[in-house]
Amino acid sequence: RRKESKRACPGRKGAELGEADEAELQRLVAAEQQKAQFTAQVHHFMELCWDKCVAKPGNRLDSQTENCLSSCVDRFVDTALAITSRFAQVVQKGGQ
Amino acid sequence: MESGFGSDFGGSGGGKLDPGLIMEQVKVQIAVANAQELLQRMTDKCFRKCIGKPGGSLDNSEQKCIAMCMDRYMDAWNTVSRAYNSRLQRERANM
Repeated sequence: RRKESKRACPGRKGAELGEADEAELQRLVAAEQQKAQFTAQVHHFMELCWDKCVAKPGNRLDSQTENCLSSCVDRFVDTALAITSRFAQVVQKGGQ
Repeated sequence: MESGFGSDFGGSGGGKLDPGLIMEQVKVQIAVANAQELLQRMTDKCFRKCIGKPGGSLDNSEQKCIAMCMDRYMDAWNTVSRAYNSRLQRERANM
C-alpha cells in the first residue's frame, strides 16, 4: 500500500502531490527562495547606494556613478565580512 | 487581475497537483510583490531627488525629473544587480 504523501495545501480536500512531485516542488521553491533573497538584497543595496552615488538624475548614469554603485556593493560586502570575522574574534576572547 | 492569483494550485478537485503549474503561480506572485517593492522604493527616492518645496502641483521640471529618475533608478538597479552577482560568484570561487 503506497505511503500517503503530505497534503500540499492543508484543508483542501482531494488534491495531493505524489512523493516525487513534492520533492521536485521543494527543489523549485528553494530555487525561487534563493532568487528572492538575491532580489531583496539588491533592494537593500539600492537603499544605501543610490543616496551615496547618485546626485541629480540626468539623461544617463555616468561612469563615475556606475563605479560608485559597483564599489558600494563590494565595500558593503567587505564590511559585512569584516564585522563577521571581528565579531567572531571578540566572542572567542569571551566578550572582552 | 484576479484569476491568476487565486488559490487554484493546478489541481482539478481530487486530481493530482502539478508542480509546474504551482510554480507558475508562485513566480507570478513573487514578481508582483517585487514590482510593488520596486515602485515603492523608486517613488521614495525620486520624490526626495525631484521635489524640493512641495507646491500646489507637480510642475514641468518636477515631472521631467521624475521620468529621468525612474530610468536612472532602473539603470542603477541593473548596475547593482550585476555587481552583486559578480561578487557572489567571486566569493563562491574562493570557497
